Amino acid sequence: MVTTSTTYGSAGPAVGPRSFVAKLRNGDEIARLVTFIFAMTVVLITVLLVYELWVNSALPRHKFGLNFFTTSVWDPIMDEFGALPFIYGTIVTSAVALFIAVPLGIGAAIFLAELAPQRISDTLQFFIDLLAAVPSVIYGVLGVFIVVPLMRTVIYPLINKPLGFLPIFKGPSYGVGFLTAGIVLAIMVIPYIISVSREVLLSVPRDQREAALALGATRWESTWKVVVPFAKTGIMGSIFLALARALGETMAVTMVVGNTPKIAASLFAPGYSIAAVIANEFTEATGPLYTQSLIALGLVLFILTFIINGLARILILVTTQKGSGVTR
Amino acid sequence: MSSNARVRWRKFVSNFMMTMTGLCALISVSVLFFILGYLVYNGGTSINWAFFTQLPKPTGETGGGMANAIVGSAKLLLAASLIGVPIGFLGGVYLAEFSGSFVASIVRYAADLLNGVPSIVIGIFAYSMVVLPFKGFSALAGAFALGVMMIPITLRSTEEFLRNVPNNLREGAMALGASKSKTIRTVIIPAAYRGILTAILLALARVAGETAPLLFTALGNPYWNRSWTQPTASLPVMIYYYALSPYEDYHRQAWAGGLVLLALILIINIVARTILARGIAVPRS
Amino acid sequence: MPQSVQERNLMKRLTGLLFAALALAAMVWAADSLLINGAGATFPNPIYTKWFSEYHNKNPKIEFNYQSVGSGAGIKQVTDGTVDFGATDGPMNDEQLKAYQDKHGFGILHFPTVLGAVVPTYNLPGVTAVLNFTPDALAGIYLGKITKWNDPAIAAANKGVNLPANDIVVIHRSDGSGTTYCFTDYLSKVSAEWNSKVKKGTSVNWPAGLGGKGNEGVTGLIKQTPNSIGYVELIYAAQNNIPYGAVKNASGAFVKADLKGVSEAAAGVAKDMPADFRVSITNAPGKGAYPISTFTWLLIPQKISDSAKRDSIKGFLKWMLADGQNYTEQLEYAKLPKEVVAKESKAINTVQ
Repeated sequence: MVTTSTTYGSAGPAVGPRSFVAKLRNGDEIARLVTFIFAMTVVLITVLLVYELWVNSALPRHKFGLNFFTTSVWDPIMDEFGALPFIYGTIVTSAVALFIAVPLGIGAAIFLAELAPQRISDTLQFFIDLLAAVPSVIYGVLGVFIVVPLMRTVIYPLINKPLGFLPIFKGPSYGVGFLTAGIVLAIMVIPYIISVSREVLLSVPRDQREAALALGATRWESTWKVVVPFAKTGIMGSIFLALARALGETMAVTMVVGNTPKIAASLFAPGYSIAAVIANEFTEATGPLYTQSLIALGLVLFILTFIINGLARILILVTTQKGSGVTR
Repeated sequence: MSSNARVRWRKFVSNFMMTMTGLCALISVSVLFFILGYLVYNGGTSINWAFFTQLPKPTGETGGGMANAIVGSAKLLLAASLIGVPIGFLGGVYLAEFSGSFVASIVRYAADLLNGVPSIVIGIFAYSMVVLPFKGFSALAGAFALGVMMIPITLRSTEEFLRNVPNNLREGAMALGASKSKTIRTVIIPAAYRGILTAILLALARVAGETAPLLFTALGNPYWNRSWTQPTASLPVMIYYYALSPYEDYHRQAWAGGLVLLALILIINIVARTILARGIAVPRS
Repeated sequence: MPQSVQERNLMKRLTGLLFAALALAAMVWAADSLLINGAGATFPNPIYTKWFSEYHNKNPKIEFNYQSVGSGAGIKQVTDGTVDFGATDGPMNDEQLKAYQDKHGFGILHFPTVLGAVVPTYNLPGVTAVLNFTPDALAGIYLGKITKWNDPAIAAANKGVNLPANDIVVIHRSDGSGTTYCFTDYLSKVSAEWNSKVKKGTSVNWPAGLGGKGNEGVTGLIKQTPNSIGYVELIYAAQNNIPYGAVKNASGAFVKADLKGVSEAAAGVAKDMPADFRVSITNAPGKGAYPISTFTWLLIPQKISDSAKRDSIKGFLKWMLADGQNYTEQLEYAKLPKEVVAKESKAINTVQ
């Protein structure tokens, strides 16, 4: 039985090869097929990417095994590669960035969500979104020409004189280093913390605030003791989001971190990060072990950001669902 | 402390902390203006006609410009859009209009995964997919890397805006006898076009400033790029190299390039957000 | 309909215009010029970019795209076949040559282009004198054992100079570098400790210091970092007006790098240049020889399948050995010795 349909939601069974052709004559099926192919292309690209990363990092996996993560030697001549200095640097610079950005970001988000009138809040948010759009190479340029000299002339003496006995503030300053990279990263991730935290704070149901105020709490007490805890998971999510961004940042870090694959306790010491070493050494890695060790680092970074991004999304989803359904 | 004093203290703390949060907001926003101001000051004084029209001069000589880098970036972005937008857009159409929830969640998961990949890793991917097999650095490889980065943003936004089109529009079209594909083409997509356009512009603005993936795909070129299979200069990469060099004239050009790049990106962002703010064409239900 | 007919027509017209503009642009630029891509050493970047620019002026249809990404990258990219030629100041070792041969089925040739010097530059506020560096001093600084500027090992050779008691900020290369190769080759010859601990190479496991990217990056860092020391090619120090020191050579004299000193360092090997042109001239004998000198090479595949590219590259090499050598001295690179030029001219013909 041949069925041709002019309305969609076509009825009637269509079996056998003839019906496939009949289906194709129907514009809907072509549209479905074409868009399906494109959707699958996305999946294909992602799968291919993970596959390429895995396959092209096989050599160091076989040669070093788990020692790859605990060795801190990076010696291209002797063909010895260890990921530890880069993992350390990536984590330290991101930690410094969060240490600076989280208080500032949450404070700003509280202001925008709780205190500022709607128009001002939206306008400021607009500017914050623009800050998020500034490309990283520009942050790098500003880092090189402004933050590095500032570090050497102002920040280092300010911190080192009184606190230089602490291991994290010991030693000479080169201008570049972990702290400089952390500061530049902090500026880059603040917008993410602010915009997401502001949204989750705004989604906290109004009655929570009103109940606190009715019980005699001050504005701050209502915010800090009621609203923020309610939105706590979402704010955590924004921090994870910022962390994921900081971990993967390449250009700004490589221009100010000092490019030294060494682990050092002091924040003023030069260091390295995974993304930075790949950017610097990938095009010149001679020999398969060298190249594949760099790709292995890329895989590590990918897995790290994947996990953190995933956590961030879950946390944000949980919070906004908690608050949704009740209008502000 | 008497209860009155306690209340006064709490009120003081409240005012103080709220002022502090205001300060945080002020600091955060003023960073943007500081960056803009610095770039305008240093870049503005460095921009001249030569910057936009001339090719770079040999190392160490003064003068010259970034004309080839500006055009190179434009070409890269165009090609990246041709790669990323169709895949993202049509994929989004599939997710919103045709798919079952299982397939949809897989595609969405893949897109989110891709979105989170650090740009340097995308560069590695493009190097093994395009540069090595075709034996050469090329604008195509660079466009591939940037295009892949545009896919997730375009896909998710397209899906979201299409889903937000209210059902009464679809039902109306159905009642008039339109097939599903015709409905999508003539009713649903036009209804959501503002949001989708915004998403594409934002994706473009995001990849316009990317440097890392271009380092080992498009490489660089002191001349005009004449073919997709040849390396090309690009604005972000040139800014990077010039800023790291010791030559004063290169620094001057790096500032100018930074200003041009930032201006371009901010303009795209502002245009995109204004399009969106002027009202989604169809109100949300 | 939310979108008016006018709006849609406008969009259509704009898109059409855009595509038309692109098509036009594509046609205009499909001119028939030949682009040859090369990548490698930052050491000779000033003279190479000058040469390629001048050669392009004389041969407008030929464009040489040289990317100054470091010798290490030059070797890797030419081996991978992603560029047409490479450039390095650290000659490829036997392993790398074999890897190239295995991958392509034919070999790769080294063509010396200029001679240059690697100088120790520094940024020492308040000190304007030219410092003298002994081999032990340089090795000690880069091993991280000499940490202060007024250390006796440095002060001994610089009597009369008021050296501050500041910490030395050591700067080296973060990328794979022929300049590093030359410097570490020298240090390996003059310091047994360096030779056993660190050895020579384009990328070594530095005991101390920060990394800058390329000669450009190291020079930039030195300019901005007080109390720093680094090693760069002579022209980078000269063009950027940063002071550089004199180094004690094998004969015991302190020589500040200049064209004479570099040429003298090469004089010894000029007559006995090996057929593959790979040779080290660091710590050369000779009263006035500058001890950290080196040739720098273009890496040209033995077989080039594209005949237009092959002829252009050979044509450039011939020009480089003749007219090209006249541009070197104004950029502080020394000309190739006559004997080397003669040998090279013959070798060019072996490129098929």
